[in-house]
Amino acid sequence: MNSHEPPAAFLRDLRPGDWLTLLAGGLCIILLSNQVWNGGLADTAVIRSGGKIFSAVPLSRDQHIGVPGPLGTSIITIEKGKARISSDPSPRQYCVRQGWLERSGEIAICLPNEVSVELTGGQKKYDSLNY
Amino acid sequence: MTASTTDKQDSGEQRNSRILLNTTVDDHHLAKMAAVALGLTVLENAIPSPLPGVKPGLANIITLIVLARFGWRAAVWVSLLRVVAGSLLFGNFLAPGFFLSLSGALCSLTVLALAMHLPQRLFGPVTHSVLASFAHIIGQMTVVYLWLIPHSGIAYLIPIFATAALVFGTVNGLVAARFMDNDGKQVSGSQS
Repeated sequence: MNSHEPPAAFLRDLRPGDWLTLLAGGLCIILLSNQVWNGGLADTAVIRSGGKIFSAVPLSRDQHIGVPGPLGTSIITIEKGKARISSDPSPRQYCVRQGWLERSGEIAICLPNEVSVELTGGQKKYDSLNY
Repeated sequence: MTASTTDKQDSGEQRNSRILLNTTVDDHHLAKMAAVALGLTVLENAIPSPLPGVKPGLANIITLIVLARFGWRAAVWVSLLRVVAGSLLFGNFLAPGFFLSLSGALCSLTVLALAMHLPQRLFGPVTHSVLASFAHIIGQMTVVYLWLIPHSGIAYLIPIFATAALVFGTVNGLVAARFMDNDGKQVSGSQS
């Protein structure tokens, strides 16, 4: 390690296959991060009313859904791959205040009105579906 | 393991009262390399880490050099000696941390056994180092998942560990390669 070496002397120690390995390693990390960190994003909202499945809707389409319950109608909003309960007749409004759900497994429950929204489908079986 | 007898070989009168292991020059060399690796382990334990488990793994520089110079069996000796002696030094022998080191080292060594047969002209120490460090986290994460934290939530940490493995693997590989460059010069210098 003498001082006459050029600053990029370490590049000499990288053989062609080493670059390949580094590239493959980098790609692995990118794929892993996508898989692990975005894999939990949900693609379906399962809406239940009175314990029974009212409907299962894809998160890809923005819409408002009215769900009838014992106290009145809960309104579920789906927007940009997220879902929330935007209006509910329950007295304490817990499910409304919970806000947006976007990861698989997240759930908002309006107990008095017996309405719930659960997100599912983190492990996607298909890249895309056309209707 | 064998170094304890080296400094006593001069005192011939006491030799009968001591248990002497027959050690070879190779043994001494392995012990020396393991000692250097151990020193690096101690050194890097002084470096604060943002996340438990993310550390440079400087001792693997020694493993790489030993692998290139003396072959795989020597690398296994140095690596495992370092793991066991290091755990004794830090007082976590047979504690979870020890098994994490051990599983990482064993996985790395397994991968190195395969990687060392890659064409030398194309793949150097950097490749060995990167592959070994990836194997290291795979081994560790397996033990963590099967034994310590059997929860899929640890998967969220995998990309962080993988990034650390790539960065530190590359750096360690470059350092090892640089050391071996200098070795080559000295050897060729002494031969000529």
